Amino acid sequence: MTTAETVVSGAALRLPDRRRRTLWWIASALVVVAAVVVAGTAAVDTAQATSLTERNLAPSWGHPFGTDRLGRDVLARTLAGLRLSLVVGTLAALVSAAIAVVLACAAAVFGGIVDRIVCWLVDAFLALPHLVLLILLAFALGGGTHAVVVAVALTHWPTLTRVLRGQARQVVGSDYVAIARGLGSSAPAIAAGHLARHLLGHVVVGTVLLFPHAILHEAALSFLGLGVDPAEPSIGVLLAESMRYLTAGAWWLALLPGLCLLIVVKLVDTIGENARALVDPRSVHL
Amino acid sequence: MLTTVLASLLAEIARRILRLVLLLAAVAVASFVLMVNSPVDPISVYVGADIAAIGPQQRALIAERWGFNDPPLERFGAWLGNLLQGDLGYSLTFNQPVGEVIAQRFLTSLALMAVAWLLSGVIGFGLGLLAGVHRGRTLDRVVTWWAYTLASAPTFWVGLLLLYVFSVWLGWTPLCCAVPVGVVADEVDLLDRIHHLLLPAVTLSIVGVAPVVLHTRQAVVEAMESDFVAFARAQGESTSGLVLHRVLRNAAAPALLLQFSSWGELFGGSVLAEQVFSYPGLGAATTQAALAQDVPLLLGIALFTTVFVFVGNQLGDLVHAWVDPRVRRPRLTAGRGVRARALAEEAA
Amino acid sequence: MTRLQIEDLTVSFVQYERGLRRRVVPGLAGMDLDVAPGEVVALVGASGAGKSLLAHAVLGLLPPNAVESGRVVVDGFEAAPADRRRFAGRDVVLLPQSVTYLDPVAPVGRQIRRAARLAGLADPAAAAASALHRRGLGAEVLGRYPHELSGGMARRVLVAMALLGRPRIIIADEPTPGLQQESAEAVLDELRARADDGCGVVLITHDLVAALPVSDRIVICEEGRTVDVAAPQDFTGDGERLRHPYTRALWRALPANGLRLPAVGEVA
Repeated sequence: MTTAETVVSGAALRLPDRRRRTLWWIASALVVVAAVVVAGTAAVDTAQATSLTERNLAPSWGHPFGTDRLGRDVLARTLAGLRLSLVVGTLAALVSAAIAVVLACAAAVFGGIVDRIVCWLVDAFLALPHLVLLILLAFALGGGTHAVVVAVALTHWPTLTRVLRGQARQVVGSDYVAIARGLGSSAPAIAAGHLARHLLGHVVVGTVLLFPHAILHEAALSFLGLGVDPAEPSIGVLLAESMRYLTAGAWWLALLPGLCLLIVVKLVDTIGENARALVDPRSVHL
Repeated sequence: MLTTVLASLLAEIARRILRLVLLLAAVAVASFVLMVNSPVDPISVYVGADIAAIGPQQRALIAERWGFNDPPLERFGAWLGNLLQGDLGYSLTFNQPVGEVIAQRFLTSLALMAVAWLLSGVIGFGLGLLAGVHRGRTLDRVVTWWAYTLASAPTFWVGLLLLYVFSVWLGWTPLCCAVPVGVVADEVDLLDRIHHLLLPAVTLSIVGVAPVVLHTRQAVVEAMESDFVAFARAQGESTSGLVLHRVLRNAAAPALLLQFSSWGELFGGSVLAEQVFSYPGLGAATTQAALAQDVPLLLGIALFTTVFVFVGNQLGDLVHAWVDPRVRRPRLTAGRGVRARALAEEAA
Repeated sequence: MTRLQIEDLTVSFVQYERGLRRRVVPGLAGMDLDVAPGEVVALVGASGAGKSLLAHAVLGLLPPNAVESGRVVVDGFEAAPADRRRFAGRDVVLLPQSVTYLDPVAPVGRQIRRAARLAGLADPAAAAASALHRRGLGAEVLGRYPHELSGGMARRVLVAMALLGRPRIIIADEPTPGLQQESAEAVLDELRARADDGCGVVLITHDLVAALPVSDRIVICEEGRTVDVAAPQDFTGDGERLRHPYTRALWRALPANGLRLPAVGEVA
């Protein structure tokens, strides 16, 4: 059977070109995320400025997201919080991805006892609820922003490790690696040569998809009061504060910051899913 | 024949119990190391707000009494020794033995988690089935988009919104807790309990639905593309017939496996939902223990939730084997002959 | 009047490749075939020539990303894909090729009974038991799952399921490969007997030799296109009575005929 790029008219062909749509999604999501980081950086000072004459105001043109009990602008606090979320998410995703790559490659290249240790480590880290693990770690590190970053960064690698290990084993098991080994290449050389090329796509996609989990976990810890220092604007802290004023009818304190977090998480998720579609098109067939 | 089956079954059970023991040992050691190295001062935690009124001598006495000055290994040995006798320690936050706290609190959480788990399982499976059967059409796109959006939503934010809409604005549901405030426990009837359970359970299930939908959809899509569905269609089976007779059972196995292996996520969600609704379950106790730096309770919860997640996974394996005959009835020694014959035929 | 008439059937698929470039993959490039009542017509070609795709198209089983053109006429009635779905199971049946066509999580008995009900039989349970019995399988097979069957047993179960009712057209997709000589002959004899009762049978196979004794005509296809129709008796000697070079090449490549591979340029 031959494949050819032809243009045919018919019912099944009236789809927009997926490649273009995917790239468009990735680009626009990246622009929005970048804009959030810039705006969040600019809003850091405004986020902490109190104004006792403007307390607990509902959304208006002056304060699109309203103000809180100290008269601080919720929009500025939300933007600053989102920036913090993105920073924590980036750090956590990068650290976790690095751990996952090292463990997965070690398991695939050395096999045997190393592989079993890696698998057992993955199982052990998935043995207790992720949130409980995070709480234990954050507690052990004494709480605060740095504790959350470390806790979130150190616990998101197991699932990615599992995926990458599977991929890496396929590469290592393939014929040409056996040939390379036969020609005298050492195990680390094989890892460097073949794995890097084959795993790159999966690592990038996996890292981007770790992001949303990391962001949501940071927000959850901060919401519980076990994370980011309450003085710093984080979405979790904002929502925890909003709880006390919810019964008084201050809906804007909860609705808008949470919605913004959802949108940012979904944007990053969109980038990841679309990138996955580029790496593995079977996952999006029709 | 029967004895070999029994022997392999017993060996399998022994293997799994050994696995659990190893996991528990790892969790116990790791958690203990974390707690010992925590910068939190155990004496000020023990004394609480009166710390300023305490002199160095009393500090030394307290440290002596609770063994805070012993080497970590010795303390771990003492803790482990008590643990093996079923003594998880004493929770200062609740003024109760840790075992009792966990047992009581877990029962309260269990109602919440069970309702949420069933709801998310049933709704998620149904929606995933719908989306998978109508793959690529508007219904599928809407359901999939919705599931992905929910997967990006923070549990506690969904809870806050529901709390605002139904409790504050509409006033249909209570604002907090598991039972009415100021009512003696004996006078609380089932209806009251359900009334208080409703919103937290819905919150927990809304967030838990997303992975079930996406997973089920994937399984349904795979089944719909399979050869056996093609053959059933060739026999004139309608779409609803395909779903009922072929797809349902094939998609149920992976969905059930996922639903049972999600007990960890379920507990994590209940920690957040219980915080939002001030629901006095084990999740809220976890938060309180961490905030009040109640180390024995935290260690107890770590061990307990490890067992909880493990039990979920084992039940998942059992149910999976029950639904999928390939797991339940793998070809044993007798079957090898069949397979050998099949291979011989293939080679001929 | 023909049982089944296929005219210039083409099928292609829209697919996305790495990088999400959209491609149209041609499946069938122009198939012509007709089967009269009482005829067994063998459709022969190398694997990948589009034989199974033709079977799926005739039963209306193509996936949504398939684009189709051409005519499919069933008993004088021009059938659009939706009509073919209506014929499927009662008038037109498929005899599939492997155990993957059985539901892995349902007992064999339940699957046969369902097929019997769909074929419109009055007593599905009795029909299932007797269909298995006729093919030398005991009642204990009813309680087994597909993974517990040997390859030969699975094939007989598929035959039992496909031929439960009284179809007018049978499309057998590679029913014999992997079967022992006698089982393969039993399947082919049964197809021949159904044709003699007035059925039209399309026998899709890459095994030319096995098809010759039971077929009335041999249709040769290559790369999604039917290229030649020949009578079984033309396949003798060195193939000098075969007109089309590809047909001749197929015949000469058989082990019994010297395993000669076609020279470059001999195949059009």
